[in-house]
Amino acid sequence: MGWGKLNRWLVWGEWRAYPLRALTAVLAIALGVALGFAIDLINSAAYNEFSAAARSLAGQADLEVRGTQPTFDERVYPMLATRAGVAQASPMLELEASVPGQTSALKIIGVDVLRAASMTPDLVGVAAADKPFDTLADDAIFLSPAAMAWLNTRVGQQIQLRAGSRVVSLRVAGGLVRARTGQRLGVMDIGAAQWRFNRVGQLSRVALKLTEGVNLLAFKQALANDLQGRLQVLQSADETSRSASLSRAYRVNLNVLALVALFTGAFLVFSTQALSVIRRRSQFALLRVMGVTRAQLLRQVALEGGLLGALGAALGIAGGYALAATALRFFGADLGGGYFPGVQPTLQFAPISAGVFFALGLAVALLGSAVPAWEAARAPAAQALKSGSEETALNRLATPWPALGLMAIGGVLTLAPPIGNLPIPGYIAVALLLIGGIALMPRLVGLVFQALQGVPTRRPLVMLVLSRLANAPGQAAIALGGVLASFSLMVAMAIMVASFRVSVDDWLAQVLPADVYIRSAASGNTAALALAEQAQIAGTPGIARVDFLRLSQLNLDPARPAVALIARNVDVSTAERVLPLVQAVAVPADRVPIWVSEAMVDLYGFTPGKTVRLPLVGQWRAVVVAGVWRDYARQFGAIQMRLGDYRRLTGDTAVNDAGLWLHAGTTPAQAIARLKALPFGAALEYAEPGEIRAVSLKIFDRSFAVTYLLEAVAIVIGLFGVAATFSAQILARAKAFGMLRHIGVTRRQVLAILAAEGGLLTLMGMAVGFVLGWVISLILVFVVNPQSFHWRMQLHVPWGLLATVAAALLLAAVLTALIAGRSALSGSVVRAVKEDW
Amino acid sequence: MLELRHLTKSYANGRRVLNDVSYSLAAGEFVAVMGDSGVGKSTLLNLIAGLDAPDAGAIMVDGVDIAALDDNAATRLRRARMGFVFQAFHVLPHLNLQQNVALPLLLNGADLSRAGSMLEAVGLGGRGADFPHQLSGGELQRVAIARALVHRPALVLADEPTGNLDPDTAQQILRVLRDELRSTGASAIMVTHSHAAAATADRVLILSQTGLHAA
Ligand SMILES: Nc1ncnc2c1ncn2[C@@H]1O[C@H](COP(=O)(O)OP(=O)(O)O)[C@@H](O)[C@H]1O
Ligand SMILES: [Mg+2]
Repeated sequence: MGWGKLNRWLVWGEWRAYPLRALTAVLAIALGVALGFAIDLINSAAYNEFSAAARSLAGQADLEVRGTQPTFDERVYPMLATRAGVAQASPMLELEASVPGQTSALKIIGVDVLRAASMTPDLVGVAAADKPFDTLADDAIFLSPAAMAWLNTRVGQQIQLRAGSRVVSLRVAGGLVRARTGQRLGVMDIGAAQWRFNRVGQLSRVALKLTEGVNLLAFKQALANDLQGRLQVLQSADETSRSASLSRAYRVNLNVLALVALFTGAFLVFSTQALSVIRRRSQFALLRVMGVTRAQLLRQVALEGGLLGALGAALGIAGGYALAATALRFFGADLGGGYFPGVQPTLQFAPISAGVFFALGLAVALLGSAVPAWEAARAPAAQALKSGSEETALNRLATPWPALGLMAIGGVLTLAPPIGNLPIPGYIAVALLLIGGIALMPRLVGLVFQALQGVPTRRPLVMLVLSRLANAPGQAAIALGGVLASFSLMVAMAIMVASFRVSVDDWLAQVLPADVYIRSAASGNTAALALAEQAQIAGTPGIARVDFLRLSQLNLDPARPAVALIARNVDVSTAERVLPLVQAVAVPADRVPIWVSEAMVDLYGFTPGKTVRLPLVGQWRAVVVAGVWRDYARQFGAIQMRLGDYRRLTGDTAVNDAGLWLHAGTTPAQAIARLKALPFGAALEYAEPGEIRAVSLKIFDRSFAVTYLLEAVAIVIGLFGVAATFSAQILARAKAFGMLRHIGVTRRQVLAILAAEGGLLTLMGMAVGFVLGWVISLILVFVVNPQSFHWRMQLHVPWGLLATVAAALLLAAVLTALIAGRSALSGSVVRAVKEDW
Repeated sequence: MLELRHLTKSYANGRRVLNDVSYSLAAGEFVAVMGDSGVGKSTLLNLIAGLDAPDAGAIMVDGVDIAALDDNAATRLRRARMGFVFQAFHVLPHLNLQQNVALPLLLNGADLSRAGSMLEAVGLGGRGADFPHQLSGGELQRVAIARALVHRPALVLADEPTGNLDPDTAQQILRVLRDELRSTGASAIMVTHSHAAAATADRVLILSQTGLHAA
């Protein structure tokens, strides 16, 4: 019984004496845990909703046959429906219908109602009681509640959708009662959809239900063999992994950022615990003398840290849930990242994830306490009883070898390949560099301030400041760790984002060489321009040259998101004029050249000069990779081919987009006015390159908004750390300050000493933090980003931003030191000297 | 109860501090140890407490050689059988007086009620809820004495317990210490520079380069 009571007395005594110190540590852990948990909750809510929606589209089907392109020839259908082992087959046509005046498209699924009723019951519209055959009507569409709200329509009204360059009008015949909240979806009869949207004779997929007793995997294998890759056979698991990989890199990246906040919190716990243990060194020594064993002392300090951690983690779990709920309400599920369009997830408390983050918070606090606890237990009691032995406790910190070792391992890890398409070694390298850098601080502080101490000075205060920093580098360095960690991460993130932004900006200028751009619609795949319309555009006066673009999609790997297929006029010899090429090889004239984005090289091994086969209109076509180009728009890969080749191989003559070069003397406004006068001209979208650039950069900035937010949190935690460590140190030095006041140093002078110490230390921390951050940014730019997003970029350092943040941080640190000093000095001078510890 | 046999001790810098120290302390005996500053008095107490190990010789506490014990065993022995009073008082600042005095009882898993009567015995009855910063130096040392004796140790080690006190207070403290030693029957070794203090002990010993000898 006695020991537990002693634990309580000691913990409680310490917290009652320094409640702010304990509170800061608890809050730091809470903040880190809350961020991590919130981001995880939001991500999994969005992701679960996303996959639930995908599952509801798949319905009861066992397997699904899908084309390599958005649609395929429906003549395959009878073969599938009559195949042995197939109980039922349901054909579907899936469209992303362009909606006039909207920037996103409406998903429409054309179904065979009789078959869908049993296979995908979620996809059957509810017709009005007096019109039971509306489900088969060729002008009727059934909309989910979210789609009705979005299009501001209701049953009985008409909606307009784009088909080719025309507009089709459909009657809203009823609702889709089983659609998920937020899911924007329309369902119509498959024949009507084919006819209305110029897809006669085409399907997107066929859902199969197998006869009972048929071996699913064997059937899938046999069917896939027969189809020879011209069509793909998928299970619902494939669908889930596809939708997972859509946003996986993004989710992991956010989680890592949240862990960074937690890591900074860990460091804060370490520094507050370390300083508090050092301050109580002689108290612990007394306990040892009185018969407390090493293990008991270790447990005592660990218990303190563990309690702080448990409190903080519990607070963090609650706060994280609230944060996630708030963020979902105000920012939507993708936090501005654009990965989960139209999804309206409901937040669910995730016990496992909560457990993991609680454990992480606790572990972080225990780790932060472990080193100081170990030191306290190991110290020879008789010596530790004498005051003035604090710095010896930190002597061991000055050995540079463990730190250098960690950094070396980190350096080697940057050379390692990604694990499961994620840059895990890169992330670990960043963590090791950070830890190594922080661990190196005591040594560096000692070296720098010992050198400065050599500078002769007659001013006693300067001498006091320098000699303390030079002779107690361990304690100084601990105060610095928080600044170092948060500033270096800030520098790294700022350099990474700036590099990315500048690269994207340059890239946009390169990929937008034309004077005016037109699009058949802002999004969706039902709007297009036919040959005759293309001729009319090309023949418009004032237009010198038109570069038509056909955008479509290609499924190369069932488990991966589709690859963009872009067909346009590319001259083999001058491809670099239209493509931001990073690599090119000569291709024989009789071969079909393609140019692939860097992601294609990483994901599919499409290296320059290689002959690869593409599944086009049910046939494998051999093409040669003629070059690699940079693409910041599509992280899952893109292929460009010549428009002529594309038309020859697919028979598809429509286009979606065009870039226009104008004759001298024709302004973009004049050209746009003339195009709008064309019969179909009003339905098109027009933009000048400058506008596209501005919009793209705005989207870029929005998707990095969360990053900035997390960074700001890390900095705030870092400042917390400065406040906590400074005030802890000032407390520990109350006696020395009391002595200075006794011998005639004024309050102002003591505060000046503190401000100078704080400022010098922060400067030092920022200098090292800058170097460390710069190295980490190299890893982010050249390892992490290429490995997770396949984005390669040039390094760009935003000096202005960094200088501003550095100045703000310096000011904040000095102010923090002053405030901490004022409150510490407010006690009586007499007591400060008398108090033995 | 305590027997020192031919102790020698040198520090890492090679200087020999203790040289062939032998002594046998009877139960209930109270001895004062005097000697020049730096001669090794504190070192001797540290060795007896098992906080440091001698280079040669043995320290028998109730027939057990504490120098041969591992850290945990030495710690347990210290916890149960010894009490300490220091020159710098060493009272935990964030525990109140009652809690400070009760510490050894807690550590030994004993009943805490004796802490109150111990405080009363050293003249601090009724102040158990006060905190150390509300006390004078003499009062702090009374707390330390109460703490050293509360768990009825067999041996009290006091290192210059009156070194930080004025002569009047020192005399009071010594009287309290003597009375409490007598009432608990503990033996004690008190290191001191003061002849007045040494005079309160049963015997006075001098520590020098040649060992520990009667004055
Ligand atoms: N940890 C140590 N390392 C080296 N020398 C020490 C250490 N502790 C004490 N000494 C030296 O041993 C000698 C005896 O010290 P101490 O026992 O404290 O003397 P005192 O008799 O004044 O109590 C002194 O010269 C002191 O400098
Ligand atoms: Mg001494």
